[in-house]
Amino acid sequence: MELFILSPILFPLLGLLTNATLGRRMSERAIGGVATLAAAGAFLMCLLMFGQLTASEEARLSATIAPWISAGALNVSLSFLVDRLSIVAMLIVTGIGALIHMFSVGYMHGDERFQRYFVYLNLFLASMLVLVMADNFLVMFMGWELVGLCSYLLIGFWFKNLKNAEAGRKAFVVNRIGDVGFVLGILLIFVTFGSLRFDEVFARAEAQGEALAGAIGLITLLLFIGATGKSAQIPLFVWLPDAMAGPTPVSALIHAATMVTAGVYMMVRASPLYELAPLTQNIVAIVGALTAFVAGTSALRQLDIKKVLAYSTVSQLGYMVSACGLGAFIAGDFHLLTHAFFKAALFLAAGSVIHGMEHGMGAAHGAHVDPQDMRHMGGLARKMPITFAAFLLGGLALAGVPPLSGFFSKDEILVDAFKHNLLVFVLLGLSAVITAFYVGRQLVLVFAGRPRSAAAEHASESGWLMTVPLIALTIGTVFAGLFNFPGTHPLTDWLAPVVRHGEAPKFEPGLAALFTVLAIGALVGAWWVYRHPERANAEAEAGLGRFLAGGWNFDDIYRAAVVKPFYVASTVCAQIIDVAVIDGTVNGVGRLFRVVGGSLRSVQTGFVRNYGLVMLVGVVVVVAYFVLSAR
Amino acid sequence: MTDLPLLIILGAISIASALGLLLSRNAIYAALFLVLNFGVGAVIYLVLNAPFIAVVQVSVYAGAIMVLFLFVIMLLGAERLSPAENPPGIPLQRPLAIALGAALFGLALYVLFARQPPATPSPMVDSSPAAVGQSLFSTYVFPFEVVSILLLVAMVGAVVLTRNK
Amino acid sequence: MDSTSFVALLSAVLFTIGVLGVLLRRSALLIFMSVELMLNAANLAFVAFAHRWAQLSGQVIVFFVMAVAAAEVAVGLALIVTIFRTKRSTNVDDLSALRG
Repeated sequence: MELFILSPILFPLLGLLTNATLGRRMSERAIGGVATLAAAGAFLMCLLMFGQLTASEEARLSATIAPWISAGALNVSLSFLVDRLSIVAMLIVTGIGALIHMFSVGYMHGDERFQRYFVYLNLFLASMLVLVMADNFLVMFMGWELVGLCSYLLIGFWFKNLKNAEAGRKAFVVNRIGDVGFVLGILLIFVTFGSLRFDEVFARAEAQGEALAGAIGLITLLLFIGATGKSAQIPLFVWLPDAMAGPTPVSALIHAATMVTAGVYMMVRASPLYELAPLTQNIVAIVGALTAFVAGTSALRQLDIKKVLAYSTVSQLGYMVSACGLGAFIAGDFHLLTHAFFKAALFLAAGSVIHGMEHGMGAAHGAHVDPQDMRHMGGLARKMPITFAAFLLGGLALAGVPPLSGFFSKDEILVDAFKHNLLVFVLLGLSAVITAFYVGRQLVLVFAGRPRSAAAEHASESGWLMTVPLIALTIGTVFAGLFNFPGTHPLTDWLAPVVRHGEAPKFEPGLAALFTVLAIGALVGAWWVYRHPERANAEAEAGLGRFLAGGWNFDDIYRAAVVKPFYVASTVCAQIIDVAVIDGTVNGVGRLFRVVGGSLRSVQTGFVRNYGLVMLVGVVVVVAYFVLSAR
Repeated sequence: MTDLPLLIILGAISIASALGLLLSRNAIYAALFLVLNFGVGAVIYLVLNAPFIAVVQVSVYAGAIMVLFLFVIMLLGAERLSPAENPPGIPLQRPLAIALGAALFGLALYVLFARQPPATPSPMVDSSPAAVGQSLFSTYVFPFEVVSILLLVAMVGAVVLTRNK
Repeated sequence: MDSTSFVALLSAVLFTIGVLGVLLRRSALLIFMSVELMLNAANLAFVAFAHRWAQLSGQVIVFFVMAVAAAEVAVGLALIVTIFRTKRSTNVDDLSALRG
């Protein structure tokens, strides 16, 4: 039984062990096959568990491997829990993860570190499953950290280029800042409730919520700081746009299935605590909405095909977080689900575009151009029809065009915002329009018009290993809205026993119509503006465009406020304190002994008779002492 | 004290032979001076009522040890000696050595004469070789055995050190 | 002055001469002989005081000193012979490899 529950983790673990030990002698296809089958196997096990969980509302599977930490009042065991909430996340992680594995086999073909890539990818999957399946906060934190490590390894996968290595480091450091909040939150949870197990903590919080309101407020705030790191919210979102440095399937994995959803998942998991902290709720809602707006506007002026998607991820995460802040945890989880589909589709399609551009460059023997710069693309719709279809449908879903999945989940959040918090509603509504506009801009720049470079001219559709996952994800993108279709809302019913939620989501036809019209209008407007693609050329050069392209200059602010002072302090430490004080002390001690020894060495004449003389001095002194003192 | 004049004569010979050893330019002569010194010592032991020690002194010291010395001197051909002199690097060796020697001697004199021992009459004891042997094999049997092991070790050591490899 | 005191005085003189020999002579052989002289001086004092206090122990200790001196000479002379083989000299000033 326990093996069955652990199997989703064990499958990728087995895959990575196989690839890590035997991969050197295996062909690329074999390595990719093992890794993909491991992910698919995990998905299959998750489906089986899902079947078991449908039995009853109370059904849950739990497994305890071993006691982990037992110190005084602290008793933490290495235990896992599969309930209705975690199974949803597990299905997303393993299902989309498996498709991304398969896509990677084609995308990473010929990479010199192919084997290592798939080892990392499996590890990423296993780590995320540990996080999702945790049954207490500490095991969750373990997964949380493992995920951070994997993202570091994969973002900096092509570390020979310094920029990529720096991006990996940035992701690691920024995440670590959030982790501090998370750790403090966990410690405070233990101090307050005397346990780290989810059910115990939540039960105690419910029982004595009034008395502990202050502590719970602080706990939720600290946990939220952790979430801003992992789920890329203001002020810690800066790592995610840079995370584009990794291979594109990794971006898909980070943005869609794993990593960034961790923060949202954690908040949904901790919904009983958040329910008890209205002040934190408000902060969360506003931070999420602001993030959605800031990132959305930043996406307007990006020229890199992946950066647009990166900022859109930050923006959509803002929606999810905001939903959690509004108390609509299930709506947030629903958006997480649909977003996983359409963002994975978009990223894999972008990967396919980049792949096609690189092939085009090879075929054209032309001048080297940046294969990710949208200014060099254009007209790819005809060259890569499957990719185009996937990108189009994913983009329309992201823009919130009915009847695609993104429309339903976004609409649910907007309805909640409309009812509870007008400021949040305005920000999220504006972001929705902006989203549609930048999606339109990207579609036009990449796929419409004429090819604007030799590479785009010669681009060709990718192979079946890449298009099959694309098609699968596109199907998911189109139909994922059914999971919580208005009126029937099966996801809400499914999660209701586990997750706090207000009333069942209502469909507001007026709002839905308004946003549909706005989205389509923005898409058309984008086409109108960018039907002359050269307009995109210089728009990020100066002024507001530059400000937006730089992600509201958060990086510059951090560079000036944090990195520079830190660098100066490090320089002071390295150049002055280390060299002068520490080295000076060490060298000074050495020099002291050298001087003393140098002056003493003449004592050592090497002549036996001289040593005898010194002995005699000692004899005379000792004898004199005894003789004179015995008087 | 009837022994005193005899002891003074013996002492004079003893000191003279020691000085001869100190100043000699030839190792053979030095060794022979030492033999003389040891011989005089044996007579002094006899005077001091220690016949066993006197005999051991002659047979071990004057006999075995000094023969060994002469043997090594001749084996190495190291009879000719340069006079005592300061080696380079230790210029104060000689004056310091003399000064410290004098200081030591002064201390010895102080111990001997500044503090008069109580004048108790010395009863005659039996210090014949038989009595000494009795003592060696009863009271001092353990040190005696240790000394035997020491001698064995020294013998093996000497053999090992001088063996030709 | 009684005979014991005189022999003790003689012992002190001989010991001092031995010390000077050790410190002033350069030949390893002469240094060894001087050491023997010092041991002998100590023996004289032992016997003198044994005589004075009518104790047999003094003589027994002299016996042990002689045994130790014999052992010392055996090893010491072996060393001198070995050193002489490599250095072709019995001059202790030639053995100053320990100079700092």
